[in-house]
Order: sequence, then C-alpha cells, then structure tokens
Amino acid sequence: MRETEVLVVGGGPAGMVAAIEAAERGAKVVLTERDDRLGGQLIKQTHKFFGSQKQYAGSRGIDISKLLEEKLSNNPNIEILTETTVLGIYEDGVVTMEGANKHLKLKPKRTILATGASEKFLPFANNDLPGIYGAGAVQTLMNVYGVTPGQRVLMVGAGNIGLIVSYQLMQSGVEVAAIIDAAPKIGGYLVHASKIRRAGVPIFTSHTILNAYGQEFVEGAIVASLDDKWQPILGTEKDLAVDVICLAVGLSPLTELCWQAGCEMKYIPEFGGYVPRKNEFLETTVPGVYVCGDAGGVEEASAAMVEGRVAGISVAASLGFGLNIVQDLEAALKDLDQLRSGPAGEKILKGLEKLFARGKQHVS
Amino acid sequence: MDKEIFVCRCEDITLTQIKELISQGHRTIDEIKRVSRAGMGPCQGRTCRMLIAQELAKAYGVNVEEVLMPSFRPPVKPIKLGLLAGGE
Repeated sequence: MRETEVLVVGGGPAGMVAAIEAAERGAKVVLTERDDRLGGQLIKQTHKFFGSQKQYAGSRGIDISKLLEEKLSNNPNIEILTETTVLGIYEDGVVTMEGANKHLKLKPKRTILATGASEKFLPFANNDLPGIYGAGAVQTLMNVYGVTPGQRVLMVGAGNIGLIVSYQLMQSGVEVAAIIDAAPKIGGYLVHASKIRRAGVPIFTSHTILNAYGQEFVEGAIVASLDDKWQPILGTEKDLAVDVICLAVGLSPLTELCWQAGCEMKYIPEFGGYVPRKNEFLETTVPGVYVCGDAGGVEEASAAMVEGRVAGISVAASLGFGLNIVQDLEAALKDLDQLRSGPAGEKILKGLEKLFARGKQHVS
Repeated sequence: MDKEIFVCRCEDITLTQIKELISQGHRTIDEIKRVSRAGMGPCQGRTCRMLIAQELAKAYGVNVEEVLMPSFRPPVKPIKLGLLAGGE
C-alpha cells in the first residue's frame, strides 16, 4: 500500500495552505481534491477580500487561489490529486479514495481534513421547483461559467454570502426583488448591505419564505413577517414574482470523515453544526488527525487559510520537521486571534469557548 | 396546486412523511432512514440529516444535539461496485 507522511483532504483555501506549510518544512504531502481544479470556494470569489494584508486583503479570491496553486505546483514535496474523492478513513488510519476511475488506498502518517462545508437547505412548500438554488450554485454559474441563473431573484439570507451574491447578481444585470432574513438583524457586513439598499433592493428582516409557486419552474414566492417566536404573522404575506429563489441560509461543516475516523464530535450552532473537538493546534481527539477550515467550524476564507497554516505547521512539527516551529505557530495563532478580534469574530469566539468548554485536555 | 415540502431531495421524502414516521414512534435519524430511505441518496444525508434532527427535536421536546446521530460509514458517496472490484 502507498504511504505518505501527510495527506491533506480538500484543496480549498485551508487545505492548500496546510499542504504548502507542511511541504515547505520538508514533509511529503499528498493533496486530494474532488473537483477537477484546486481552489475550493476561492475560485468563485470574484470580490476583494477584507481583513488584514497578510491574509491577502484587497485581493480577489480567484487570484489568491492562483497564487497558492503556483506555490503548490512549484513544491516537489507535494503531489496533487484532483478529481479524487476520499471515500473513507478506517481505524488503522488507512484512507480510501476514488480517483481516475480507480479505488486507491493510502496510509498517511498524518491526515489533515480540510473538507469544507455544504449549504443548508430550507423546508418550505414547493421547495423542489426548478429555479431554487443554493447561493454556492449561483456563484458557480455566474462567476465560474458566466451564466446568469434567471431574471429576477429572491435572496433568502442576509448574511455575507447572501449580500455578496445579491450584489454580484445585480452586477450581472439580474434583478434582485428582495433579500429576506428570518433574523431580526442583518447578519452580514453593513457596508455590503447599504450598497445593496442604495441600489433600491429592499432587505426584509424577520421574514421567511412560506412557499414557492409555479407550474414547471419557479414563478414566484410568498414571504411573510415573523413574530418574536419566529412564527409567520397572518396577513403580512407578500407575493414576489421571481424566477429564481436563492438560498443563502448558512453552511454545515462537512464532517463525515471526522465521524468515520472516530473523532469526538460536538454540536456547536455557532459553527454550523457538529464539529470535531480539537486542541488549539487543530489536532482532533484522534491522534494524527487534524482539521482546518470550515470542516472544523464554518468561518470564512481568511480564517481558513490561517487555520491551514496552523495545521500545516503542527503536522510538520509532529513529524520532526521545521526549524522555527514555536515562533511560526505563535505568529499564526496570533494572526488567527487578530482575524477574530472584530465584531464579526464574536460568534466564532463563542463557538470556540463551547468547543473548549471541557478544557484542553486533548492537547498532545 | 399541491404544496409539498421536501426534506430529502435525493429520495423525494416530504416533511409530511417524516412527521408521520415520527408520530408512528420512530425516534432516531437512523430509524427514519431505514424505513424511508431518507438520507440514502447521492448526497448521503448532507441536506436532510439535520432537518430530520430538527423535526425529531421538536416532536420529542429536546435540543437538536440530543438527537442521536446516525452512523457514518465509508464510502461517503455512492460509487460503482466495479470500482471496488477493480481497485486495490
């Protein structure tokens, strides 16, 4: 059976950086990605990043992805397997995968799970009509393939993804009829929200979608106000004629492999669902299995990249590689703290507090 | 017009069906999966798992994290048997 020092599962922002950091310190790395190209969500992020300069603020996601890809392909310690899906992790640490129409086995010394997240779905009447998309699908259509999803969109969710995708739809000439959110407050950055509002798009908070309607595809949606117990208020229904309903209602960490590996899991609503317990160096309760990026708790791409750095350095250190491990780790952890120090980081810090609630006894 | 609320898109299982199964006494995601196939399609429950957990939590008056999670086994996605036959 093939062996390697480090396996990184997932070639998004977290996985790419983790692979680079481990390989630059001398570890042999295999990086798998189920898509036919690396980049994960970065390739559809055509907007400029916020945050600090070190985390590529001011750059567009797609350009950051290209930069990381270059670093990866220039490193002889890294083998990149695209169109390769990891299928399972077994008790003895063996990982199985499907790639190039073959079933492969690999025995890594360390495994970094950077599998990202999947979009949440919403139960409402007629939610199977064609024309109902996840925000990720809309971004893929528009920003990767240059295809608009329709003419008039109802955006469900006023978090950053909902706001940014709404703005991108407007930039592509698609009308956004309204943005609704069940929460009483806009979840995303106000700078995005005000830009959209200035363009005349209403944002209805404390609103939900009751049903979609249409014969063969979406022709409209009925939305209504919610009371303070999140129940729809009779008589507040609005009928919006739209041909697209875009769901931006949050993400769930993709953790099947963590469960399979036997990681202790904890339900943290702030992180989008179940996540593996981990120490601050991102090792899970299964020795040698690490997690970084959205798979360990939904956050955003800048944090995913710094987590990738932490995981990559930790893994290299645990294998005996690296010269300035302590300084490098401290610097990365400091950057992570800094990213989470603003108001947007409050939720993440609350989630981390819950995750570490029973202490850090798993620090190895 | 018929108004169906789908919970499991892969296997076409509706909220009505899920609620019906819960009222029959099914208490876990795995039990509901075994009798209805909810969560056994291409996405392997990524979409419906937590929606079903929410319904169970509501019905039994518990928090979502108290709902027993299903077992997770390889493979994480459906694969052809030929792949296994031809592989290592």
